[in-house]
Amino acid sequence: MTETHADYQLSQLDQLEAESIHIFREVAAEFEKPVLMFSGGKDSIVMLRLAEKAFYPAKIPFPVLQVDTGYDFPEVIACRDKWVSRLGVRLIVASVEQAIADGIVVDDGKTSRNRLQIGTLLNALEEGSFTAAFGGGRRDEEKARAKERVYSHRDEFGQWDPKMQRPELWSLYNGRIHEGEHMRIFPISNWTELDIWHYIGREGIEIPAIYFSHQRRVFQRDGMLLTESDFNPLRTGESAEERTVRFRTVGDLTLTGCVESEADTIDKIIDEIAIARVTERGATRGDDRFSEAAMEDRKKEGYF
Amino acid sequence: MSDSPTGLTQAQKAEQVRSMDLLRFATAGSVDDGKSTLIGRLLLDSKSIFEDQLEAVEATSQSKGYDYTDLALLTDGLRSEREQGITIDVAYRYFATPTRKFIIADTPGHVQYTRNMVTGASTADLGLVLVDARQGLTEQSRRHAVILSLLRVPHLVLAVNKMDLVDFSQEIYEKIHAEFTQFATKLNIPDLEVIPISALQGDNVVTRSEKMPWYSGPTLMHHLEHVHVASDRDLVDVRFPVQYVVRPKSDEHHDYRGYGGMVAGGVLKPGDEVVVLPSGMTSKIAGIDLFDQEVSEAFPPMSVTVRLEDDVDVSRGDMIARPANAPKPSQDIDAMVCWMTNEPLRPRQKLAIKHTTRSARALVKDIQYRLDVNTLHRDQDTKELGLNEIGRVQLRTTVPLLCDPYSKNRATGSFILIDEATGVTVGGGMINSAS
Ligand SMILES: Nc1nc2c(ncn2[C@@H]2O[C@H](COP(=O)(O)OP(=O)(O)O)[C@@H](O)[C@H]2O)c(=O)[nH]1
Repeated sequence: MTETHADYQLSQLDQLEAESIHIFREVAAEFEKPVLMFSGGKDSIVMLRLAEKAFYPAKIPFPVLQVDTGYDFPEVIACRDKWVSRLGVRLIVASVEQAIADGIVVDDGKTSRNRLQIGTLLNALEEGSFTAAFGGGRRDEEKARAKERVYSHRDEFGQWDPKMQRPELWSLYNGRIHEGEHMRIFPISNWTELDIWHYIGREGIEIPAIYFSHQRRVFQRDGMLLTESDFNPLRTGESAEERTVRFRTVGDLTLTGCVESEADTIDKIIDEIAIARVTERGATRGDDRFSEAAMEDRKKEGYF
Repeated sequence: MSDSPTGLTQAQKAEQVRSMDLLRFATAGSVDDGKSTLIGRLLLDSKSIFEDQLEAVEATSQSKGYDYTDLALLTDGLRSEREQGITIDVAYRYFATPTRKFIIADTPGHVQYTRNMVTGASTADLGLVLVDARQGLTEQSRRHAVILSLLRVPHLVLAVNKMDLVDFSQEIYEKIHAEFTQFATKLNIPDLEVIPISALQGDNVVTRSEKMPWYSGPTLMHHLEHVHVASDRDLVDVRFPVQYVVRPKSDEHHDYRGYGGMVAGGVLKPGDEVVVLPSGMTSKIAGIDLFDQEVSEAFPPMSVTVRLEDDVDVSRGDMIARPANAPKPSQDIDAMVCWMTNEPLRPRQKLAIKHTTRSARALVKDIQYRLDVNTLHRDQDTKELGLNEIGRVQLRTTVPLLCDPYSKNRATGSFILIDEATGVTVGGGMINSAS
């Protein structure tokens, strides 16, 4: 048996964990068809871990949905497959390629894969008639997220209307929806980037190898360091070279920048973040850089 | 502030983070009292602001022709609000010092005020009310204090801001201090601190002000870091609302049946005699599981899975308590309700109610009075509650609730009201008594 603290104090990480478990159980109890949206990144892996804890020794009572952009890092897919097989959860993969082929989304050559994900995702949610979709969004990530609810109501079009959001009092969540609507659920709303890392370290959680320092051939584009790959041909004037890097976020590899880093352990990553002076998004997410309000727009369209 | 003391080993640092606790606080202030500036300063001085965020704010400040960096811009939210130059919704912000993590519920100053403040205060351990030293206490500052005390936020800080604009005058501070302390005696505020600050210049925010040597109390940050919140919880009365029944139905865990939930009160231990409500069946706790570990105790706000020795029928919405200390199942509820929608609340209205993990329907039997949150006057002539109004309401529920007075337990004493047609949360309630 584990001894708990004599002073009945729960550390903040334990409090965050308890709150997230509470949210997972609440949704599993009240919604007909939940699904966990899995990006392959550290936040969604932490979500999986929390869901595992919430229902243990039973299996997670809902499937996991991932949007395959076609440009995903192989390390991310490998890590996902390990998690899925260990937990015995059902994995649903919604492919952007397939959505393009089926005419669900239109690839005009200018729209980024991260944006095409929106249509693909919404379509997959609709096809599966899911009533609640867990997302790994955190309120500390970006200004527009600071006001996001834990239960975020979406209309029949999957859209988010800031004025339609329900007040959230105490830990009493209102899960009522109408036919065709669904709820986005953010169980790790109150976690910060550092909390996530400390938790990964404490729990010994396996995350994709690209988060750790490694050698990679990279090139500069729009002030970002991008990975060399067949999906991302070099343009004139660009040249690739080998550097020691790691990724702070995972996503479409044609748009996700890396940072030069020697941090090859969780502890070193934590040290690096503690002194990092640029947000995760600001540094490495191509699709958020175009306008300050880009995130908000994508949210309204139903991405988050 | 957030730099770890140098020379700590990796293990010591990890230990420090593991033992770090949490303070949730709600901020309130009228427009222009300096709330955004203060929050911006707390974030900046605790190094929670990243360079790209700061650069964006510096650029905006410059383009607007300001001669200083407008820290308030750091916490500006959605674009629609930015365009109107106002904030309209509760925003949550995060920062940490080596010993504590903080979650700020930042409640905006005007439209929808009460609704937002009630929301922000519902989860807060501490309320931070700002006043402008030049104006002193206003009707709004009193209202903020009233709402915080209604929501039983156990700690209150009154920050007297813009001290730089009143020459750091002790006299002005003392006057506001005295006036507020006097007013607070009418309220339920167990712990009050009045701190003179300048959010803009940083005096007494993180560092002690040299311009106010007459002030001997703590700086705001020091107070936030050290205020003792652990004893605010009820560790005596065992309350465990059953949230989810864990049944693996696998070969390996064939006979496992556990009750998942968050401890709302008291300390649960294996071997304890318990009663399951509303059925009244008794059993003993066989074990308490936290994931794959058995724990020797569970206390608020832990999320655990409780196993019982007997095969009693327990489902979501039930409550586990002690035989000699259990709430009486009640259908007649007397509560303070904050109304949050345009269409007023009226007697005979039917609503959905959610209390702990239990959902039911409720009929409004009576609205006894409307509370004027500025004067504390009880208006017994109106028989309805409008948007952002608070009043005393009698409800009759379709099934018994397993509740406590809100003054005893904020988790088992609170509920939300939901419009059955729209599904929208239209009210929040705090139980006075139930029978
Ligand atoms: N002189 C002075 N000005 C302040 C102080 N705090 C805030 N202000 C100014 O007061 C104005 C309103 O502040 P702001 O933070 O936007 O107020 P809010 O509406 O309460 O969020 C801004 O022009 C601030 O720069 C202070 O301590 N001293």
